[in-house]
Amino acid sequence: MDKNPTNNILDEVTQSEYKFGFFTDIDTEVAPKGLTEDTIRFISAKKEEPEWMLEFRLKAFRHWLTLEQPEWAHVEFPKINYQDIIYYAAPKRKKELESLDEVDPELLDTFNKLGISLDEQKRLTGVAVDAVIDSVSVKTTFQDTLAKHGIIFCSFSEAVRNHPDLVKQYMGSVVPYTDNYFAALNSAVFSDGSFCFIPKGVRCPLELSTYFRINAANTGQFERTLIVAEAGSYVSYMEGCTAPMRDENQLHAAIVEIVAMDEAEVKYSTVQNWYPGDKQGKGGVYNFVTKRGMCKGHHSKISWTQVETGSSITWKYPSCVLMGDHSIGEFYSVAVTNNYQQADTGTKMIHIGKNTRSTIISKGISAGKSNNSYRGLVKILPGATNSRNFSQCDSLLLGDKCGAHTFPYIQAKNESSIIEHEATTSKISEDQLFYCNQRGIDTEKAIGLIVNGYAKEVLNKLPMEFAVEAQKLLSITLEGSVG
Amino acid sequence: MQQQLPLDSMLKEQYDTHREELIARDIPTVTNLRDKAFAAFQKSGFPDSSQEKWRNTSIEDLWEDTFEHQIGIMKSDRNVEELFRCEVHNFDTEIVSLLNGWHVKNDGDMRTLPDGVIMGSIQAAMKVYPALFEKHFCQICDENPNGFVSINTAMMQDGVFIYVPDGVVAEKTIQIIKMIDRKEQVFVQTRNLIVLGKNSQLSLMHCDDSINQQSSLVNTVTEIFLDENASLELYKLQNLNDQSGLVNSTFVRQMASSNLKTNTLTFNCGLIRNNITVNLDGAGAHADVLGLYLMDKQQHIDNQIQINHNVAHCTSNELFKGILDDEASAVFNGYIYVARDAQKTNAYQNNNNILLKPTATINTMPFLEIYADDVKCSHGATIGQLDQEAMFYLRSRGIAADNARLLLMYAFAADIINHISIEPLRQRIDDMVKKRLRGELSVCDKCILHCGAPEKQYHFDIDLSKL
Repeated sequence: MDKNPTNNILDEVTQSEYKFGFFTDIDTEVAPKGLTEDTIRFISAKKEEPEWMLEFRLKAFRHWLTLEQPEWAHVEFPKINYQDIIYYAAPKRKKELESLDEVDPELLDTFNKLGISLDEQKRLTGVAVDAVIDSVSVKTTFQDTLAKHGIIFCSFSEAVRNHPDLVKQYMGSVVPYTDNYFAALNSAVFSDGSFCFIPKGVRCPLELSTYFRINAANTGQFERTLIVAEAGSYVSYMEGCTAPMRDENQLHAAIVEIVAMDEAEVKYSTVQNWYPGDKQGKGGVYNFVTKRGMCKGHHSKISWTQVETGSSITWKYPSCVLMGDHSIGEFYSVAVTNNYQQADTGTKMIHIGKNTRSTIISKGISAGKSNNSYRGLVKILPGATNSRNFSQCDSLLLGDKCGAHTFPYIQAKNESSIIEHEATTSKISEDQLFYCNQRGIDTEKAIGLIVNGYAKEVLNKLPMEFAVEAQKLLSITLEGSVG
Repeated sequence: MQQQLPLDSMLKEQYDTHREELIARDIPTVTNLRDKAFAAFQKSGFPDSSQEKWRNTSIEDLWEDTFEHQIGIMKSDRNVEELFRCEVHNFDTEIVSLLNGWHVKNDGDMRTLPDGVIMGSIQAAMKVYPALFEKHFCQICDENPNGFVSINTAMMQDGVFIYVPDGVVAEKTIQIIKMIDRKEQVFVQTRNLIVLGKNSQLSLMHCDDSINQQSSLVNTVTEIFLDENASLELYKLQNLNDQSGLVNSTFVRQMASSNLKTNTLTFNCGLIRNNITVNLDGAGAHADVLGLYLMDKQQHIDNQIQINHNVAHCTSNELFKGILDDEASAVFNGYIYVARDAQKTNAYQNNNNILLKPTATINTMPFLEIYADDVKCSHGATIGQLDQEAMFYLRSRGIAADNARLLLMYAFAADIINHISIEPLRQRIDDMVKKRLRGELSVCDKCILHCGAPEKQYHFDIDLSKL
């Protein structure tokens, strides 16, 4: 890690736009455009799924048909034509892969470009990666090491094949297909994703990581992640994502479910860098994601950390349902919007068990002509006695054409809980800039410094590899917004 | 004329059949506005819980009762003189009274006070001061008002009109007393228009009271215009019986360097909804929007405070505090909107709540929507209970638990009370809060500020030397 990240960042700031915007020409197998029961049967058949899985999908699809796309978020976009999307795209594979040598070299190249080496050399960094391109999991590394500890970390389809009981038990238990419009859509058409199971008392020795990439044109990406942490276990899970630069908008509607049993701890980190569209706001990914963790057991803990820099529209609320007594939910977020990006993001903390605690730290940075909203719910139910919540939502405005909004919803239904919420909105103060200038730091650098300091509280919560990446991303996203 | 129809259908029918009677005393502008507002109401009806702003306040329950709504004057069964025997000690006010929504003509429809302040019935004002009236009437309320505001405009009959001419500083506080006294369940609409000219100054007290134990539904719309450098202090006292519903919509438009200070004190009411919208339309305008609510039993209060910073260099400060006992529920939705280019805005918003029983609930939503960068906006919200350490401190000094609780609650409320700048009123409110916290304040059979009983000092039974 560079000793002085700020210098590096500014170098990068001066060059890059969206550096992950390339497109890899690999043979792709796609489903026909449009969404009908046939599409779902096609996807299910492609994935050689058992009957119960198809049933689940169809139930979700039929429910989805009865729903309307929600409109309450503080974002604007043209109506999505759900019949104009390809719901399944997969890199063509000829046979089951045995080793990395058999992976399409183009594909390997893609991941190398992204800085995600699937190579075994990555062993040194101690990160196990599950790479999902378009809709299909391409390769999961380190499965042997993990297997030794009894940890299951594989693609979702593999899990359906090899661990149907676990999938049946937990899939949809946190985010049921009836949850919302996009959850229903995902449940109907999801193509792949990651599955992770940490057995009782095991502390996962590696950071687990999933990398998502949309490659093919006109496709939507609908992946699904399920993490189950049994009693006393621990896992740190990271997620990253990129997409090519395209003029049309692409839809990404994912579901992440986490279940934490007694005294288990799950740390989920995201660096979201989908293509945000160009400077005129053309193109970009619609990121409509449902993420929820269930603290099922007592003393369990789920912690969400997210750095949101990409996507033309972000609409996501990683949430915690604190069911077990003494369980803990945390949410740390930095959301940056520039140009015409729109973000409506935040969290939900539902306190059900006694003595549950939650912390929300959200830092929004808006620049250009973007709009950045924090929307969060803290709900304390009558049974959640002696619960505690602290929320802090700060917004930083860079430029006079952007907007920063805060929409907290706080509901308390018992008298023994304490809830505190505070929020501030401001710009970078002239005093701070002056102080830096006066000491020979030019304005551009000073802003980089101040923004990083502002976001530090959240960045510190990220695993190290991600923290460096996130710092760079922050600066790149804000490039040209200063002045 | 009692009709067993749902309120909205009844109103629609009334408007259709009695339109001529309604518009008989109108000037043409008002008739036009009525028709437009009625068309809007026909489309929207009363709001329901599917609307975001009404999600946490169910007014459906109100519709279970049937209300009487009269086009003509509703008489009281009691002696009007006696009802308004109203005074605060050492506090001399000019009184304008509304009984069942109608202006009580003690001194004629309009009167001019020695200092130049004009006040009286809104019905009369539209003919006596048509230019002034037309300039402001219906110009300050929302462009897309909710059903309550629309129907109020459509069916408007009477209310209070106050005009403080340029440069006039009102000597006495004006007190608007609104009482409901009917044997039937009534639906009452009142409409107020308050205009302050340049460099003028006024303090105003607005009391909502009910006299008997019958349920009533009061729908009030108040429009307030503050011209340049005008200054208004507005105290709202709400003390209705547990069966009553009150929907209060106040719209304020502030021009440059004007100053608004409102204090909404809610002591008692079955269901209460306060919509306060302040538009800061001139540089240097400042608004203080404060409130205190002390609810118990199954009462419900909903405060919706919207502050629009439409131009640069304005400041606002919002503070609402509430204590909820029994099964009471409260909603607070603060909304600060800072328009593009409204630079150098400084806005603060705070909502503090204390819950006393496991069954009390609170929903607080302090929102910020900001489109300018050189601003300082912050908000805070807390929900908690009485500080256990402070309790322990008091108990350890020999103060009984009940008294200690009272003292702490009173201290919590004092933050708001201390902002009242008219001393006799402050003392009076102070007493009322103490009484309310002790559960001794029921709906007065007289005006809220004159409780019939001889002056009695309220104090805590605490030996202060022990502290």
